[in-house]
Amino acid sequence: MSLSKITNVTGRGVTVPGNDIDTDRIIPARFMKCVTFDGLGEYLFHDMRRNADGSDKPHPLNDPRFVRATILFSGANFGCGSSREHAPQAIQKHGFRAVVAEGFAEIFFGNCTTLGIPCLSASRQDIARVSAALEADPTTEVELDLVGRVMRWAGQSAPVAIRESAREALINGRWDAIGELLEGLPAVKARAGLLPYLAS
Amino acid sequence: MPQSLFQKVWSAHAVRQLADGQTQLLIGTHLIHEVTSPQAFGMLRDLGLKVAMPHRTFATVDHIVPTDQVAEPYRDPLAQAMMEELRRNCAQFGITFFDRATGKQGIVHIVGPEQGITQPGTTIACGDSHTSTHGAFGAVAFGIGTTQIRDVLATQTMALAPLKVRRINVTGRLRPGVYAKDVILHIIRTLGVNGGTGFAYEYGGEVFDRFSMEERMTVCNMSIEGGARAGYVNPDETTFAFLKGRAYAPRGAAWDQAVARWKAVASDPGCAYDDVVAIRGEDIAPTVTWGINPGQGISIAETIPDPARAKTPDEKSSVEEALAYMKLKPGSPIKGTHIDVAFLGSCTNGRLSDFQEVARFLKGRRVAPGVKAIAVPGSQGVGRLCAELGIDKVFREAGFEWREAGCSMCLAMNPDKLVGDQLCASSSNRNFKGRQGSPTGRTILMSPLMVAAAAVTGTVADAREVFGVTS
Repeated sequence: MSLSKITNVTGRGVTVPGNDIDTDRIIPARFMKCVTFDGLGEYLFHDMRRNADGSDKPHPLNDPRFVRATILFSGANFGCGSSREHAPQAIQKHGFRAVVAEGFAEIFFGNCTTLGIPCLSASRQDIARVSAALEADPTTEVELDLVGRVMRWAGQSAPVAIRESAREALINGRWDAIGELLEGLPAVKARAGLLPYLAS
Repeated sequence: MPQSLFQKVWSAHAVRQLADGQTQLLIGTHLIHEVTSPQAFGMLRDLGLKVAMPHRTFATVDHIVPTDQVAEPYRDPLAQAMMEELRRNCAQFGITFFDRATGKQGIVHIVGPEQGITQPGTTIACGDSHTSTHGAFGAVAFGIGTTQIRDVLATQTMALAPLKVRRINVTGRLRPGVYAKDVILHIIRTLGVNGGTGFAYEYGGEVFDRFSMEERMTVCNMSIEGGARAGYVNPDETTFAFLKGRAYAPRGAAWDQAVARWKAVASDPGCAYDDVVAIRGEDIAPTVTWGINPGQGISIAETIPDPARAKTPDEKSSVEEALAYMKLKPGSPIKGTHIDVAFLGSCTNGRLSDFQEVARFLKGRRVAPGVKAIAVPGSQGVGRLCAELGIDKVFREAGFEWREAGCSMCLAMNPDKLVGDQLCASSSNRNFKGRQGSPTGRTILMSPLMVAAAAVTGTVADAREVFGVTS
């Protein structure tokens, strides 16, 4: 399986402010009644974006200025709570290719990486600077450089961080581990044979 | 060199290092359910792969099952479709499925221990963040996403980086009316909802030494609410006594050998931890949440936080956001807050001892007028035991609806949902916005006995006062 090398994501951005944005908020559980991930993008942040009658609430993702955004910015502990992959799937299917936040919950981070969605951490101040630039001019292009661990926009730049194993996997096109895991099957069988509870 | 349980289990299951530096980790037990597995089986089919160890893969159905209907088809065609998809996948790949007809169905984190599948020194993965529950047995258990479910199905391994270990000692004794649920709500309140990021939590100390397995499960269950992907308690005689004789527990000579291995897997005295936290059991009060994440908790005697008194701008905005959603008044006591619904159940508090403890006090009491109270056993097995002991009768006579096993109103993927902005006193694990099925529904997390106190008074109440708890 040949995967793309994700060294760089460039595009417009949008900020969904707030800390501790949980995966129930990213995709409410009632939209997980499905046996495929198709169509989940439509329900991204559903209850934050829509009233009970289906009309729009004020929300950055409903703002026409940001409809072409492909980079999502947010606060601390983004993606906490449920392990549902439906959350990163909804983010990806909505058109986002990367998330930049102050920090990420662990399971969410891993789920995103496995889908080839880089989750980059940046300081609150730097996220606020980018957000201000996007607010002033929504056509501002933001470049996320995974090789140089830096984001650049409108002549400015700021450092971004990502766990080294995830960065390594993304930039070398190894973010979906299945191929490598399958190659290890003989070693898996050998290891299982050493464990009494698996040997029988 | 002395090692922690986490390190021992990790190195025993590490297959090899992957190119990105992560470990290919062998997963001894894979638990699956209907919500997060169908897409994984789809990916498996697309890649033309088989299930590597079907005999180490166990399925149950919990999230979408109606608790007031057993006969199929279910009223919700999407729920029925998910049920059938899981049945088809288990049949095709030769996976044991604890379907409702087996009498062994229930919430995946209750079924594993009940069947004796969850064992010390093993690795467990499940597409559900509350997989940390199984750590109560000294297993290292991870919640995973659907693509990782595919990985585990196809290879019985997944790519993972090791966690650091934080030892959390809860010393001394809990006061009467204080339960395992209060312990974990207190821990999360103290360490924060993301305080555990990058860590496995090792729980210990006198309080945990005395805890039953069910109490340990309640605490480990909510590790993830504190940001810790895994949480565990070292196995001891309590663990072995719980497992002995269960369907999948070893027997005869194999049992003795297993116990010897399980004893050896416990953390060595003097092993190094990345962090150590001490909490006095006596300092823990019956705890309830007031906000929109499980770290926003206070003791039942405290007042609702006032954003004007927040120490940081961050805290101020999070308190404001939470209070606006919860429609609670800053500075007023949480006690006395009117509730609409009482929910007793979930993988956190849906076990026999949870219902047993409540029944001890609920006998002869009535659910307050206007309160909808539902009790949902975590498994068919729990339901049967409650029936044998007459516990279901106590609940019914008190005015609770007694339901069939499932996740129910914890996340409301079945018909059990809050309506509008109803406020629910809940023994579940998450008070996120919209968690219980209504986009404006409100949740207050608490122990099962506190849920019962709320049910009979119609308000958030101190169970110690309502029921005269003295021991």
